[in-house]
Amino acid sequence: MDTNRYLLSILVDNEPGVLSRISGLFSGRGFNIDSLSVAKTTDPNVSIITMVTYCDAQTIEQIKKQLHKLINVITVNDLTEKKYVERQLALIKVHAKSDKRAEIMRIVDIFRSKIVDVGHAHFVVEISGDSGKIDAFMRLMQPMGIVEIASTGAIALGRENGKK
Amino acid sequence: MKLTGAQILVHMIKSQGVDTIFGYPGGATIDIHDEVERHDDLRHILVRHEQGAVHMADAYARAHKTTGVALVTSGPGATNTVTGIASAHSDSIPMVVFTGQVPTGLIGNDAFQEVDIVGITRPCTKHNYLIKDPKKLASTIQEAFHIAQSGRPGPVLVDLPKDIIQAEIEFDMPEPPQMRSYKPNYKPNKKQMSKAVELIKSAKRPVFFCGGGVISAQASETFTKIAKLANAPVTGTLMGLGAFPGTDPLWLGMLGMHGTYRANMSIGNCDLLFSAGVRFDDRVTGRLENFAPNAKIVQIDIDPTSIHKNVEVHCPIVGDCRMALDQILKLMKKEDPNGFRSKDRDEWLGQIDEWKRTTPLKYEQGDDTIKPQYVVEKLHEVTEGKAIVTTEVGQNQMWTAQYYHFDKPNHFITSGGLGVMGFGLPAAVGAKAAQPDKLVVCVAGDGSIQMNSQELMTAVASKLDVKIVILNNRYLGMVRQWQELFYDKFYAATNMEAAPDFVKLADAYGAKGFRCDDPGKVVDTLREGLNTEGTVIMEFVVEREESVYPMVPAGGALTEMLLV
Repeated sequence: MDTNRYLLSILVDNEPGVLSRISGLFSGRGFNIDSLSVAKTTDPNVSIITMVTYCDAQTIEQIKKQLHKLINVITVNDLTEKKYVERQLALIKVHAKSDKRAEIMRIVDIFRSKIVDVGHAHFVVEISGDSGKIDAFMRLMQPMGIVEIASTGAIALGRENGKK
Repeated sequence: MKLTGAQILVHMIKSQGVDTIFGYPGGATIDIHDEVERHDDLRHILVRHEQGAVHMADAYARAHKTTGVALVTSGPGATNTVTGIASAHSDSIPMVVFTGQVPTGLIGNDAFQEVDIVGITRPCTKHNYLIKDPKKLASTIQEAFHIAQSGRPGPVLVDLPKDIIQAEIEFDMPEPPQMRSYKPNYKPNKKQMSKAVELIKSAKRPVFFCGGGVISAQASETFTKIAKLANAPVTGTLMGLGAFPGTDPLWLGMLGMHGTYRANMSIGNCDLLFSAGVRFDDRVTGRLENFAPNAKIVQIDIDPTSIHKNVEVHCPIVGDCRMALDQILKLMKKEDPNGFRSKDRDEWLGQIDEWKRTTPLKYEQGDDTIKPQYVVEKLHEVTEGKAIVTTEVGQNQMWTAQYYHFDKPNHFITSGGLGVMGFGLPAAVGAKAAQPDKLVVCVAGDGSIQMNSQELMTAVASKLDVKIVILNNRYLGMVRQWQELFYDKFYAATNMEAAPDFVKLADAYGAKGFRCDDPGKVVDTLREGLNTEGTVIMEFVVEREESVYPMVPAGGALTEMLLV
């Protein structure tokens, strides 16, 4: 079966061990996690987990059902069935030699990203967007020489007219 | 009213209607055991190994149709429960396991007898808790029982640090649990049920298929009525034995790796598989592409993850088995009963009779050596099929499934999913605690009985009389059988000739032992053993290289059976 990218938004009880139950479910059943992000919500008793996984249609059905079966999972929302906004944040440290500085700044401008640290040898660039945009930016930075990357997993919310 | 944590724990356990718990004390549970001992209406069975306590609680739950409870100490006490918990998890048995824990201030410091049992048991419990606030003790225990027995049942572990147990706090009976993240769906979809009835009506070659879910939902009676009304042959999983009467003419026997020829052939040829409370385990389906290849499949299950997991289902019904089956029976009663008795059905039942006649379960009992199947068959006769029977795991388990024709639910207690050797003896003790007026028999192999034989002491000391039938072939028979068939008869690590004298073993524990190696004396030995007071071992020295047939080699199609 075809492998697709799926983006799940999961509301869970804000309790110790919940993340371990979820990651344990994935490792125990041989599912993969591409990225994972956990945060607070407006309700202090609830956390939101956004997860990206690559699998086939039958596997995602099992993943959703198995997640729902965990006692601490409140809802499992498959955003890939809907319209949604997705963002990821990355910090990228690139070599900034004098002959490349102007070009880097131009690209940063085009991508509406920011240089958040400037040194003699490096820039640190902050960029946010969906994974496609960040990948494109990385490709352009590659020839300049990427030193280090730190990146969050994807986070996402459904749109108001969420039906696809 | 101020109570200690231990008092609250005991109060909450009793409020769940539990009258027996199985346990073993240690430093972390002294306070709890001290409190339990002061309550005449809560019996504590002192086991000889914590694994035994959990298997006993498991069997107690099955024989009593309630939730089993085990109570053990921290560290090794807790880790010894893991096999039993994993078995109950595989078999969906409602159970709450309380483990002692070092005081909260010491957790994480690698203290003496400290282990992260919540972390260890996370994948093999339905849910688990570490209690860190004495105020949450009562409500958590209530939640634990609620989760264990609702929805698809399963084991729940509650880890109890010693300071929580010793704390004195104000106690109020908590409100019934309201959990926004746990609301099992019981109510089956009406449209799907109507569709199922239509499928039953239009089927030419239907097979009904029951699993452990029918028994745990207490839906055996309805299931039986539906199958009879539909005039359809019935097969079942190992866990489903007894959900439909094993002596009924419509009964095909168990299906799967060691299923009967007619059951497996029926699956291969049916056009409708009406299944309830089953999860299509690999031992049942064989090679998936060849499982019920021509059939529409109806599946009733409380657990949505069981549906479409292994096989594609045409008519899934998510909900409580009993509610769904009651509703389907109601719908069927509105139909003309002759609608279920077409000419096609007669032909189908005729075909099944033909399979039964040409290829029955068989063995040949000669004059010299006892055949293990013969012992089980005679056990069935002598007990008139009325005993609660537990088994160990391996050939003894399969022969019991094949030759002890269970007519009623909750009478066959076996470690189905996990396949735990060492399950049968403690399970028999647990079942006897639940049903003291019933005859409880454990069918064991000479290998597996040695895995938890220390529980003989529990049986004798607690006056929980169990009758143990050992089929002694001086091999780990099931593995030997695979070696014979698939490993060129190279019997690596399966010879069990070095064994204790089981009659003396019984004697050492204060039980009674009998040995029989003469086919002509099997019945007499059974009668004498079963009629002897107290716990009894009946050892039958059987044919060494007898194998369980039919057999579907692992990964093979159900209809491709080895018959001899």
